[in-house]
Amino acid sequence: MAAIELRRLTKVYPGGVKALDALDLVIPDGEFFALLGPSGCGKTTLLRTIAGLETATGGAVVIGERDVTSVQPGGRDIAMVFQDYALFPHMDVTDNVAYPLRIKKVAKAERHRRAGEVAARLGLEHLMDRRPGQLSGGQQQRVALARVMATQAQAFLFDEPLSNLDARLRLEARTFLKKLQRELGVTTVFVTHDQAEALAMADRMAVMEAGVIRQIGTPAEVFQRPANTFVAGFIGSTPMNLLDAVVRGDTLEVAGCAVPVPDSAAGLLADGEKVVYGVRPEYNAYAPKPAEGSSEGALAGKVVIVENLGASHLVTLDVNDVTVQAVVPEGSEPAVGDEGFAAPRRDRALVYRDGELVTR
Amino acid sequence: MTRFVLGRIGFYTLIAVLLAFFTIPLLWLAAAPLTSDPTYEVRVPDFTFDNFQAILDHPYALPSLYNSLLLSIGTALLVVALSALAAYALSRVRLPGRDALLYALLLLSSIITGTAAMVPLFQLAVELGLIDSQLGLILILSGGLLPAAIFMLKDFMDSTPKSYEESARVFGASPLQIVAHVVVPLVRPGLATIAVWAVANVWGNFLMPYLLLSDVEKQPAAVIMYTLYTEGGQANLRLLSTFGLLYSIPVVLMYLFVSKKYGFRFHGGIKR
Repeated sequence: MAAIELRRLTKVYPGGVKALDALDLVIPDGEFFALLGPSGCGKTTLLRTIAGLETATGGAVVIGERDVTSVQPGGRDIAMVFQDYALFPHMDVTDNVAYPLRIKKVAKAERHRRAGEVAARLGLEHLMDRRPGQLSGGQQQRVALARVMATQAQAFLFDEPLSNLDARLRLEARTFLKKLQRELGVTTVFVTHDQAEALAMADRMAVMEAGVIRQIGTPAEVFQRPANTFVAGFIGSTPMNLLDAVVRGDTLEVAGCAVPVPDSAAGLLADGEKVVYGVRPEYNAYAPKPAEGSSEGALAGKVVIVENLGASHLVTLDVNDVTVQAVVPEGSEPAVGDEGFAAPRRDRALVYRDGELVTR
Repeated sequence: MTRFVLGRIGFYTLIAVLLAFFTIPLLWLAAAPLTSDPTYEVRVPDFTFDNFQAILDHPYALPSLYNSLLLSIGTALLVVALSALAAYALSRVRLPGRDALLYALLLLSSIITGTAAMVPLFQLAVELGLIDSQLGLILILSGGLLPAAIFMLKDFMDSTPKSYEESARVFGASPLQIVAHVVVPLVRPGLATIAVWAVANVWGNFLMPYLLLSDVEKQPAAVIMYTLYTEGGQANLRLLSTFGLLYSIPVVLMYLFVSKKYGFRFHGGIKR
C-alpha cells in the first residue's frame, strides 16, 4: 500500500495537444480517489500516465515514495482494471485471475489456489472454468477485480469501472466496489465521467477540465461549495442555477428580484459589482405564496415546466425571462402556469466573481 | 400464373446449368481414376484400381507429392512467422507513410511471383546459387506471398483491442510474453487462415517451380502433372485423372482439418 504523488505532471501528445498541464496531486495511502470530468478533459490520460502506459512529458509520478516516472508499467507495483475489462478470451476465469501470478513465476498449483481464494471472496467460485464470453457483464467485472486483487499491488487504477454495466447493476456494483475498497484498504484511483458515481464512491475527488484540476475535495465539499462555475455546472444531478447578479448593498439583484447576499460572501462584495449568483435547485425553496407575507429574498416567477424526479419534482420558473429551477417535495408540486416564489437558502447559496467562488 | 410457373422453370433450369458447370468436372475427377479406359466423358466407372497401381509405379509421381508438401508447408511456416511479426509491428507502431508502404508492397508482390518478373527472378536465382534449390524456391514464394499476408493479418491485428496487451503489460509481462500469451492466441484464427492460404497458393503454383527447379526429383506435383503424356504425345488420361485426384486430396483434408480446429472465433472478454 502506498500513497500516490504527482508533481507538476505534464503530458503533451505529438501534435501539441496538452492533455495534462503541470498537475500537482497527492493521494494518501488507502484513499478511494475519483478523477471526474467531461470527456476529453485528460482524466484517462492521467490514469494511464500513473500506470505508465503513457510517458509523461514533464514532472514526476511517485508511488510509495519511489519515483516511477521512467519505470515500465510492470515495475510500478500497480494494477489496473480497464474500461472493457480486457479479460483474456482464450483463458478461463482461473487462468485469467492467476495471470499476474504466472508473470511472477508462481508455480501453477500455488497460483491456481490463490486465484481460487480471491475469486471465492468475490463470489466467483462456481464460474472458475468458464471463459469470459460465457459470463455476464457483472461477472466479467468481478473477474477483472479478482485479477487485480491477485496482484497484491500497492495501488489500484480503475478506468470507468462501471460504465459497461446497465443502470440497475451499476448501482449494485457501486456499493460493492466501495465496500471492497474499504475492506482491502488499497489506494485506489478511479476515472469516471459520471458525477453521481464520484460523489457516491470517492473519499476525495478531483474535478478536471482541459488538463487541469479545477477542484480537489471530499464529495461534500465539491457538492456544497464548488470552487468555480465549471465545477458548479458539472456536479449535481440537476444543474446549479447560475444567474447573473449585481450587488446592491446587502442584497443582490437577480433577474429583477432582490435576494440577500449569501453568508459565504457576506462582506466580500463591492456595491455595484457584477457577479454570478449560484444556488442548487435542492437549496431553492419553492412556495406558491411569499413566506411571511413578504416577497423579500425570493425569486418571483411563473411555472413553465414540472419534471417528475420520483420522490420530488423539478420545477422550472420563468423569472423575468431568466430560467430558475427548484426542487419541490412530492405532493406539493405546482401546476404549469402557476405563479410561484423560489427562495434560495442563504447558507447554501454562493457567489462567483470571474468564475471563481467568492469566499473567505 | 402461367407466367410465374414458366419463370420458375426458367430459373431452376438456369441454376441446374450453372451447377452442372461446377459438378461435372468434379464428377469426372471422382469417376475417371476408377475407370479402366477413361475419356473426356463422365461415365459410370468399372471400379478398377489399375490406374492407382500405374501411378504408384510412376517414378516421380509420389515423390512429387512429397515435394509439394515440403514446399507448401515450408513456405506457409515462413510466411506465417514473418507476416505475424510484421503485421503486429505495423498494427501497433505508428509509422509515417505506413499505409502507402503496404499498398505499394501489395501491388509489387503480384509482379514478383508473376510472369512479368520471370527473367530477372531467374537471373537473380542463378547469381545467388539458388537455382534448382527447394530452399531458394521457398524463399522466393514466401517473398511473393508476404505482402498480401501482412496486409490481411494487419487488418486482423487492428481489430483486436489494445487493452488486452496493455493489461498484460501492467501485470509486468515482457513484450515476448505478451506476444506468446496474448497476441498469438487472439489472432490464431487469422494465422490459420494465412497458413491455409499460403499452402493452397504454393500447392497450385506451376510457374515458379517449373522455372527454378530443373531436377525432376525436386519438382512438385503441379509440374509433374504437366509431364503425364503417353508415348504418342497425347494426354494420358488414366494417369492424369488418378494423379489429379491424389493431388487434390491433401488440400481438401487440410481445409476440413483447419475449419474443424480453427473455424471459430473467440468472443467476449471485451465488453462492447
